[in-house]
Amino acid sequence: MSDEFKVSVIVNGKTYERTVEARMLLSDFIRHELQLTGTHVGCEHGVCGTCTILFDGQPTRSCLMFAVQANGHEITTVEGLGTMEELHPLQKAFQEKHALQCGFCTPGFLMTLVPFVTANSHPTDEEIREAIGGNLCRCTGYENIVEAVKLASEMMRPGN
Amino acid sequence: MKPAPFAYYAPTSIQEALDRLDQLGYDGKVLAGGQSLIPAMNFRMARPGALVDLNGVSELFYVKPAPQGGYLIGTMTRDVTVENHPEIKKKYNALNQAFVTWAHPQIRNRGTFGGALAHADPAGQLPGICLALDFRMKVAGKATGERWIEAKDFFMGPFTTVIEPSEMLTEIYLPDLAPRTGSSYQQVARTHGSQFQVAVAVKVTLDANNRCQSANIAMLAVGEQPILAVQAGKMLAGQPLNDQNIDAAAKHVATKEIDPGTDIHATEQYRRHVSEVLVRRALIDAQADAMRRGG
Repeated sequence: MSDEFKVSVIVNGKTYERTVEARMLLSDFIRHELQLTGTHVGCEHGVCGTCTILFDGQPTRSCLMFAVQANGHEITTVEGLGTMEELHPLQKAFQEKHALQCGFCTPGFLMTLVPFVTANSHPTDEEIREAIGGNLCRCTGYENIVEAVKLASEMMRPGN
Repeated sequence: MKPAPFAYYAPTSIQEALDRLDQLGYDGKVLAGGQSLIPAMNFRMARPGALVDLNGVSELFYVKPAPQGGYLIGTMTRDVTVENHPEIKKKYNALNQAFVTWAHPQIRNRGTFGGALAHADPAGQLPGICLALDFRMKVAGKATGERWIEAKDFFMGPFTTVIEPSEMLTEIYLPDLAPRTGSSYQQVARTHGSQFQVAVAVKVTLDANNRCQSANIAMLAVGEQPILAVQAGKMLAGQPLNDQNIDAAAKHVATKEIDPGTDIHATEQYRRHVSEVLVRRALIDAQADAMRRGG
């Protein structure tokens, strides 16, 4: 029953090849097989948003996909954003605006927001709140997250 | 790993998928976007013996104008693709209004238009819009060939449609709107993006004198499946859409044409009350949309 499948996937620009059972969730694959533990796992039924990754560039729940479905696709996780020396503007803005407390939800927020701040140079509060509607922060620091998104979009504006 | 073990197949054509579903029979389950099926599997509420994953069937991803007007949508088209389609957005007000309430952006990036219909959640937006806007569904099977099914014949019960285990939904037809036709989607939910207590989808066609020529009123989360309030629609046909007639239709729906239950989210009484309010709002909004669209 539990046939195994060869999976070849590009994560943060690097190609990984593994053999997995079909039932292995993509979130578990990223954490356990690839040891990329920046992607967090919360509710595992698509509600909390902390496992959000970029799947072919689009924010997607990695707990609602099987690893075998990622074969031949491209993934970006939070490890693919900035480095400790050079943070991504969104990460810098989160730091500056104190947009995290415990940090558990942060990777999911960042991966949800990367395409958003790239596409929106002057987002309104309403647009930002809609964009993060699928991510839960149980420290409830939403105000500062909204502030950070505004700062990041400003930092990322062409010419800045 | 959360789901129970299953056999996994990833066909690359409709034909291959149908061959596989035919071979698997009751063991087989189609995997579309997986945004409802995979959570159910993670909880082990669903334990399909085998999944037939359609994500590699490229011929099922499209939105195209239909020769007779309206649009044909491939069953695997992502929700986000339909949501951002400029003409669909403009034409089908109800669909446009519903997308904002439809889960969250990450889910709409992966979820599919056909998957939401085949899943037939009685508290899902799309089944109700499908009834109100008279969608037609194309279902295919290896042994049975292709058949088109009207929205009113498609839903059989909670999470149940007329699709047989060896069949699958391949295409959805969104009919063009007649002149002076508008639509509306209204719901009440506790928080933005969470499941609604009641929702209503309505399509209204006005005659040359601005009287109601026909009205489709679809009710959601007030019965075991989406309900088309046929009698209220008949009450309105040929009548002006004034406060008095809209009130009477809304009351009729709330008292006679729905069968809401009581659960932790809402009582029966509350759902009847909200149904009446939402039918009224949806009719007024659909009427305004019809006037705006003209034609």
